[in-house]
Amino acid sequence: MTRENGLNMLIVAGLVLVPLWAFFADEPFTITLATRAVILAMAAVGLNIALGLGGLISLGHAVFFGLGGYAMGILAYHAQTYTPFVEWPFVIEGTKSMPIIWLVAVVMSSLAAFVIGLLSLRTSGAYFIMITLAFGQMFFFFSISWSAYGGEDGVSIYLRNGFPGLNTLAPIQFYGLCFGLLMLVLLFASLLARSPFGLALNAARQSEQRVQAVGMMPFRLRLAAFVISGAITGLAGALFADLNRFVSPAMFSWQMSGEIMILVILGGVGRLYGPVVGAIVYVMLEHVLGDLSDYWHIYLGVLLLLVVLFVKGGIIGAVSGRRTAHG
Amino acid sequence: MSLLLLIEQVLNGLQFGVMLFLMAAGLTLIFGVMGLINLAHGSLYMIGAFCAAAVAGATGSFVLALVAALAGAAIAGALVEILVIRRLYGKDHLDQVLATFALILIFSEGTRWLFGSFPLFLDVPDALSGPVTLPGGIEYPFYRLTLIAVGLMVALGLFLLISRTRIGIQIRAGENDREMIAALGVDIGRLYTIVFALGAALAGLAGALVGAIQSVQVGMGEPVLILAFVVIVIGGIGSIKGALVGALLVGLTNTLGGIFLPEVMKLFMEPAVATSVGASLASMAIYILMAAVLILKPTGLFGARV
Amino acid sequence: MDDVVLETRGLCKNYGALEVSKNISLTLRKGEVHAVIGPNGAGKSTLIHQICGTVRPDFGSIYLLDEDVTQKPVDARSKAGLARTFQVSALAMEDTVLENVVLGCVGASGKAFRLFQPVLTDRDLLETAHIALERVGLEDVAEKRTADLSHGQRRQLEVAIALTLAPKAFVMDEPMAGLGAEGSKRMTGFLDTLRAEAPILLVEHDMDAVFALADRISVLVYGSIIASGTVEEIRSDPGVREAYLGDEA
Repeated sequence: MTRENGLNMLIVAGLVLVPLWAFFADEPFTITLATRAVILAMAAVGLNIALGLGGLISLGHAVFFGLGGYAMGILAYHAQTYTPFVEWPFVIEGTKSMPIIWLVAVVMSSLAAFVIGLLSLRTSGAYFIMITLAFGQMFFFFSISWSAYGGEDGVSIYLRNGFPGLNTLAPIQFYGLCFGLLMLVLLFASLLARSPFGLALNAARQSEQRVQAVGMMPFRLRLAAFVISGAITGLAGALFADLNRFVSPAMFSWQMSGEIMILVILGGVGRLYGPVVGAIVYVMLEHVLGDLSDYWHIYLGVLLLLVVLFVKGGIIGAVSGRRTAHG
Repeated sequence: MSLLLLIEQVLNGLQFGVMLFLMAAGLTLIFGVMGLINLAHGSLYMIGAFCAAAVAGATGSFVLALVAALAGAAIAGALVEILVIRRLYGKDHLDQVLATFALILIFSEGTRWLFGSFPLFLDVPDALSGPVTLPGGIEYPFYRLTLIAVGLMVALGLFLLISRTRIGIQIRAGENDREMIAALGVDIGRLYTIVFALGAALAGLAGALVGAIQSVQVGMGEPVLILAFVVIVIGGIGSIKGALVGALLVGLTNTLGGIFLPEVMKLFMEPAVATSVGASLASMAIYILMAAVLILKPTGLFGARV
Repeated sequence: MDDVVLETRGLCKNYGALEVSKNISLTLRKGEVHAVIGPNGAGKSTLIHQICGTVRPDFGSIYLLDEDVTQKPVDARSKAGLARTFQVSALAMEDTVLENVVLGCVGASGKAFRLFQPVLTDRDLLETAHIALERVGLEDVAEKRTADLSHGQRRQLEVAIALTLAPKAFVMDEPMAGLGAEGSKRMTGFLDTLRAEAPILLVEHDMDAVFALADRISVLVYGSIIASGTVEEIRSDPGVREAYLGDEA
């Protein structure tokens, strides 16, 4: 077993044991923090598929995170106000059911990723970064100007949405649900990375010519990766909104995109558990430094700068001693 | 809806456009010469505005405030270039994005720590306040008109700088062939610092000038930065001409879209709905413009490289 | 003739005022090695780019097995049976040698959008990949990272990937470059056996290899083919000697 695998197992054990301890020690806040970490990790696992495997530096993943959040907010809002979401040509009611909300979140963010990808993957490099950032801002301003769903103030819901057979209001049960989903997403991501698709996508990142020369279109590979990536981040967005019982334009903001990217980088780009480590560390920093100082983003900035300039491969890279993610 | 209103809005669009140009010109120069994508450019805009507001508050002089904005942003730019940015030139875009994102965090929180979260106000100088009457009887704020003039003068100055001066020749050489300028015996490190400081000064100037008609606050730079990116995507990376054309297009689209789209919508639907749909569409207008350019010319109107 | 596999008809390409391809027509027939030689800057690379689809000709057309592929993108030409090797190795450097070869198999098999079965457990793909590695003699380093290969090994890997495509024609851009005398000899021996499988359009500077392998040679100078014929005809062509072989022969 490699050191990286050992580290991964340690992380999973921690994600099981710490919330369990918190449950028995009656520390619900710790469970909430762990839930936050797990959900953010999922969003970053999504980005890592585009970024780590595909080499697509998307600075607009908040679009998908926010769409997931608004899928939750809008459906739950209509359910709690007993107003239909659509009246014509047929009636669509709101819902408080998580599985339906997740489905809508995944479909909406996939669609958005498809359209944004179709446009922005015509370019590469710095253009791609700027364009994804710009589309993120478009959704941000759109959500602010859309007064039907609270505009700048966003949408609050009174009660967390339900999942069959679980009491999602109990922190530990909601955590279990999120953790289970994260594990499924990680399983999916690891299969994807080792699949023919993952091999081709990863090769297109390293040598576009090579992939074309063996009869594949890098554009299509990247578009598919972008859609998958967006869908996962969208699912995480729905969970995140449910955790907070609130969604607002902030989920669409460029800071959100930047944060999701930071999670990936802190942990280690292209590594299966990189985003998970990044999210755990990020939430701990937020909690510990946030208590110390109102200006904790300064420390985060300095830390990020040091990681970028000196620690190639993120935390997992530093711990496992392997500087690159592949091979 | 009258002709007067139209002219006034076109002027507003121009004013917004030339300010965007000041941002986009620096970004595109820095990208063209050093190959660097700089997210912290918005922070330099903010630094310019804060320097101006602080000096204006202390001295009451708008001219000194502008000098402070230029100097403050240029010095901050040069320092950042020497301490951080120059380690990023050879690195890939991902590292550049992250490091400059980290700089945003540091600058924004640092400024919040120094000045607090409340907005500062920078007053329009008395000499420039109040409206002027334009030919045709249009009353238009003198200050905004001055901004258009200043922006166009800076644009002209930049074109002259790049086409006529020694440093301009070096910049153009740097854009085309990095090895060549080394061979010419140019001190590349110094050239890069100068270009970065120049871009920073332009951003700081824009921040100070706009700061007098909006509030000066932390986070004011990033929305402008992202619009400047839209400008660059439309105009083409590395092209000053593209930055100018793109900036004016974005400025006009943004301003005119906000006024006219709700009106256009009223032709199709009831007024209350039209206003909100129109406002939503207007908020997306420039991005739709960007998407259209991407479909027609993926490298921008004046760009050659991808 | 009906045994023509690859054909260019009147290819023209200008870069501004510079004519890099002037009315280039050539054919590649079943079972042959057709070498294209010429001094640096003669337009060999641009010719290859046009044949493989990375550059569109201004005029003229390219046929692969009687199908006009002039407007087709690179990946479609590969699918139609054209396999190329690159002058400067284009490989996934972070991946293992085996993974690079399997990539070729994935492209050829149309399995690129399979998302779940781990690629290195797919027996069909692995079998094809290992056969290709064995044939070029890279079996021993299959698990090595590509970045750790020697220059010569990378050239062999390029050929191995091309083999996985089971192509109708090979286009090889300087496969001998940087191989050294010994490696060059081995590659020559290998390409000699390969022509039976699919004909090879060979762009090469190594004259020993060219004279040893080629059934026909075309000489490209300043964007034009100035002579085309058998090795003997080219060796004795006074125009060629003057324009190109002058200082060597």
